[in-house]
Amino acid sequence: MSDEIKVGAYICKGCGLGDRLDCGQLATIAEREGKANLVREHDFLCNAEGVAMIQNDIDNEGVNKVMIAACSRRSKNDAFNFDNVAISRGNLREGVIWTRPDTDEARETTQEMAADYVRMGCQEIKYMALPHANEEAASNNNLLIAGGGIAGMTAAIEAAAAGYPVTIVEKSGQLGGGAAFEYKRIPESAPYAELEDNGVAGMVAKIEGDSKITVHLNSTITKTSGAPGRFSADISTESGSTSTGNFGAIIMASGARNYDANQLPELGYGKTPDVVDQTGLEKLAVEANGGPIKRPSDGKVVENVVFVQCAGQRSTQEGHLPYCSGHCCLTSIKQAMYFKDQNPEVDTNIIYTDLRTPGAGGEDFYRSGQQKGITFTKGTVSEVTAGSNGPEVKFNDLILDQEVNESADLVVLATGQIPNSGVDVDAPEPEEGAPEVSVDSILNLTYRQGKDLPHLKYGFNDSHFICFPYETRRTGIYSAGPVRRPMDMAQAKEDATGAALKAIQALENAKLGRAAHPRSGDLSFPNFRKEGCTQCKRCTVECPFGAIDEDEERYPQFNEARCRRCGTCMGACPVRVISFDNYSVETVGQQLKNVDMPDEFDEKPRILVLACENDAYPALDMAAQNGNHYSPYARVIPVRCLGSVNTIWVTDALNSGYDGIVLMGCQKGENYQCHFVKGSEIAHTRMSKIDDTLESLSLEKERVATYEVAITDIERAPQLINDMAETVEKVGMSPFKF
Amino acid sequence: MTDANQQMVEQYRNNFLREVEDNVEEGGWVKMCMQCGVCSGSCPLGPHWDHPPQELFMMIRAGKRDEVLQSSSMWMCTSCYNCIVRCPRELPITHIMHGLAHYAKRLGIAPKNQPTHKFAQLFWNNLTKTGRVNELKLGLALYFMNGISEGIKTSLKMKDVGLGMMMTKRLSPMELIGGHKCKDTSGLQAILKKAEELEAARIPVAGK
Amino acid sequence: MSKKSYSFYPGCSSQKAASASNYMVSVDSMCDTLDIELNEIPDWNCCSASIGYAGGGELPRLALSARNMAISEKENPGQDIVATCAACWLATKETQERLHDNDKLMAETNEALSAAGLKVEGSQKVRHMVEVLIEDFGYDELGSHVKKPLDGIKIAGYVGCQTNRPFGIDGESYENPKYLDKLVETMGAEPIENYDKKVSCCGGALAFSEPEKSQALIKDIIESAYDGGADMIVTPCPVCQMNVEVYQNHINQKYKTNFKMPVVYYSTLMSVAYGKSGKEAGLDGQWIKAKQLEEIASK
Repeated sequence: MSDEIKVGAYICKGCGLGDRLDCGQLATIAEREGKANLVREHDFLCNAEGVAMIQNDIDNEGVNKVMIAACSRRSKNDAFNFDNVAISRGNLREGVIWTRPDTDEARETTQEMAADYVRMGCQEIKYMALPHANEEAASNNNLLIAGGGIAGMTAAIEAAAAGYPVTIVEKSGQLGGGAAFEYKRIPESAPYAELEDNGVAGMVAKIEGDSKITVHLNSTITKTSGAPGRFSADISTESGSTSTGNFGAIIMASGARNYDANQLPELGYGKTPDVVDQTGLEKLAVEANGGPIKRPSDGKVVENVVFVQCAGQRSTQEGHLPYCSGHCCLTSIKQAMYFKDQNPEVDTNIIYTDLRTPGAGGEDFYRSGQQKGITFTKGTVSEVTAGSNGPEVKFNDLILDQEVNESADLVVLATGQIPNSGVDVDAPEPEEGAPEVSVDSILNLTYRQGKDLPHLKYGFNDSHFICFPYETRRTGIYSAGPVRRPMDMAQAKEDATGAALKAIQALENAKLGRAAHPRSGDLSFPNFRKEGCTQCKRCTVECPFGAIDEDEERYPQFNEARCRRCGTCMGACPVRVISFDNYSVETVGQQLKNVDMPDEFDEKPRILVLACENDAYPALDMAAQNGNHYSPYARVIPVRCLGSVNTIWVTDALNSGYDGIVLMGCQKGENYQCHFVKGSEIAHTRMSKIDDTLESLSLEKERVATYEVAITDIERAPQLINDMAETVEKVGMSPFKF
Repeated sequence: MTDANQQMVEQYRNNFLREVEDNVEEGGWVKMCMQCGVCSGSCPLGPHWDHPPQELFMMIRAGKRDEVLQSSSMWMCTSCYNCIVRCPRELPITHIMHGLAHYAKRLGIAPKNQPTHKFAQLFWNNLTKTGRVNELKLGLALYFMNGISEGIKTSLKMKDVGLGMMMTKRLSPMELIGGHKCKDTSGLQAILKKAEELEAARIPVAGK
Repeated sequence: MSKKSYSFYPGCSSQKAASASNYMVSVDSMCDTLDIELNEIPDWNCCSASIGYAGGGELPRLALSARNMAISEKENPGQDIVATCAACWLATKETQERLHDNDKLMAETNEALSAAGLKVEGSQKVRHMVEVLIEDFGYDELGSHVKKPLDGIKIAGYVGCQTNRPFGIDGESYENPKYLDKLVETMGAEPIENYDKKVSCCGGALAFSEPEKSQALIKDIIESAYDGGADMIVTPCPVCQMNVEVYQNHINQKYKTNFKMPVVYYSTLMSVAYGKSGKEAGLDGQWIKAKQLEEIASK
């Protein structure tokens, strides 16, 4: 194909577009203003004939850029899917005719809207190039797994079964993690009624017999560098010898440790050996080995046992864990069964405030516990003391509203899980004089942004828990098991299987230079014009995925395989040297500059809407499908992430005479919905500083508004646009309409 | 041992639960209650129960034998079955309430002056006599269950209802004399006697 | 349609000069039109309803219903057992269920029955009359016999408890069963929408032992019908009918209300709509007269 650019513009008349719009005028605009080399109208562009027409132009007329003015870019992707050409979409259906009433009065402004989207589509395509595959693409099928507990072993077994060589690095001297010390496990298959062997020995045997799996015991990862497809890791033994391996992807399954029950003297721990935590009970059960369980103090056979749920957790008290560890109710039911299965006459009382039995079989297992005669008491335990005949539990029965003292032979405290999630790279610098807390890093990444996976809350690794649960903020590194969130064995297995599949996907994507979620398969990646860079470091600091390091000259060093293509770096760059082939400061900037800007006295304001393509833009599409109308003066441009919005767009828009600007991103903060985790948050921070720009232009602050919009906001999103139209009416038209 | 200590030892043991499982109609279900409280909230006479069903189930597990069996609560059941159809654990709560009431009665520890307790017994006596309910006799027995003077007062109060029923031929003074009955009363009574014997072999009865 | 035959369990309240004798009158008229033959179970006995539990243990109570079932199996073989009383239906159906679920209870029950030379299998289907109407006839067929549509009468369908729970009518919800409303509509009358107390309890047997508490419930049931604009209440249950009808004077005194709400059976409505006389429809058994129905019946 020649290098000559030839734009084909296609105007669809289907879905009522032909009835509502003067498509002939749109074609003229595409030709005269949009400078399209070839313009065609079609009654039904997405049907076989319409598609064939476009393909014919590509094959025989030399069209290498295609502008389709039809429905939303989110529709008919299967039909409008042409190889080797750049494609832009003008949204005339959801974006114009479905958002406007079909009335005579509305006809003129509706047509103006459509005309602008044709202009914008033609401009966008002019500045777009077809992305080419990542030159950095690297191929490596090996998986590195940090941690040899249930999650790590499961991930190893699953990945090896899929044909990928695995290396497990385990800090301790044996595989199995905490599960290896459990007498029995919570049942993992229907009818979820009876306890099962812990299954660790079987898994270890499987691993030992699998030539694809290499295990390093008594070892840690002392250095990790690279990117998906080309990770390099140093594995060091306790004795100090180090070997280096190359890996395509990494799974972090470093598990959790027990909350230290010594912090719970009020619950009797440490005051009598007959108060144990759940791990302590496992030990007693293993020792009893199917016989009657004996209490530690004097070896008396336990005839009644009390389980105290939420011991030191789900509590706001200092030193306690604020969260629920998820597995402990099931674990206590399991442990009560140790007694009941051995001798149904043993009294077992589980004192809980909210019984939580997650998972497919959780409820069945609870019922099985009830069938076996375990007593479940809704109550709060205030104190456990070492009585003369055994521990005494003081609790408030919340159903019977009474204070109770129950004596027991043994008390088991259900304490929580604390993740082994390494260094919190986002933690604020410790205050001067504060005691230094040393935390062992798990991965020892050489990344600019820190040694380990970022945390979200309570020390658990951040993983996109709503949309992409295994994805961390370090591409190609997946977390699984209780390091990600508290969980039991069965959940850890499911988690690890998912993470293994994602890790395999990541290393396969790396081979092809393709992006991981949410722009799966995207071949574009940030281009960087080094000569313009001022070494300000904003891109290296703001990248939500730690994809950008610094080279020896302190220029940003893009590791494309780590990049998720959100464009946050592009939005961050004050000198605009970062761009993608198909998404750049120009592809958006030229769109917004090339709308028809009516005179100040025409009473036709213009509102620019920059909407996140993941949630806000679909919300507007769905609003249109539902017939929720909005102002005809709005011009909506989808962006990859609000984080990719460069403030130059806002400045340019204001200078071009726009009367209002609405930015729509996803929910930010702790319960973020942002597909790129931090993009929306960063954008909000940037926009909080836009007031200076407005002030320098002597414009009112209200002209720029930034919102968090959910995909379900199909009433609210159009309303926000209408709100801005009202604001403009109030503050008046922009004086910058030249 | 002091009472308090006694209580401390006895509570939250399975003893009473096992007794209920063995002796109370549908009592095996009690342990399956998950304490959601939907039964209590669904009961038409809910506010009048000293201990609504949810609480009774917990009391059984907590070993409060006397408090449960001597309670007037179960006698508040109107047999509307709302609790049964709403219970997420599908406990036959109505039947368990009847079962607990009967078991308390059987052991002779049900509250003596509880009106439904009395009426339910009158009803049983009435129907087992002839095999069919004699509404007039049942009604009069009810009005006079607390003695003659109380009975006359109640009868006067209920006079309009009775007269109305007679006017509409839905009650007849003739019932006082003969009244409806099964022909094979002796066969029916033999059946009941046998059934009671079989049950008594399994479940204790006070005074026997 | 040819004649349909059922093994009929009338129950104590349906007997002559008993509280639901008017129910029986209207059922007979309705069955005449629909060509239903009711073969009374010979020498049937009381089911002990739900209130027999103080004196009667589980087994004696099961034995009572089992005796009826045993006689029915012997004397009316091949027929479904049909009851018009909610409590009779429920007790019999419950007995059947429990005997089938529990071999030991089945054995003991038969041991008890053998004292009178009887034996039960529990093989006959146990049905409420309303089930027969809906399932064996259907609304269209029931509607085809209407001679005098009950035009202009607004009726609150009070389903109550025991025809609704725990078994209910197949395909209906516990919280908002629609069958009475549909029957009302089929007879040409207008069912009231959103009848709040449609499935609320009237107190049942506790209307006798706990009159104050029960009358508070009954008051709400009537009030809600008035709120919905009802001219009368229709019900499928003899206890509901009596409780809601006969205490209105007492309630009026206590709560300073002005209730005078007729409470009729579905069979009353159907008999009138089918062109039967007021007497045949059992209208003379109304404690509170259903004047609109009397007018239609006398036309």
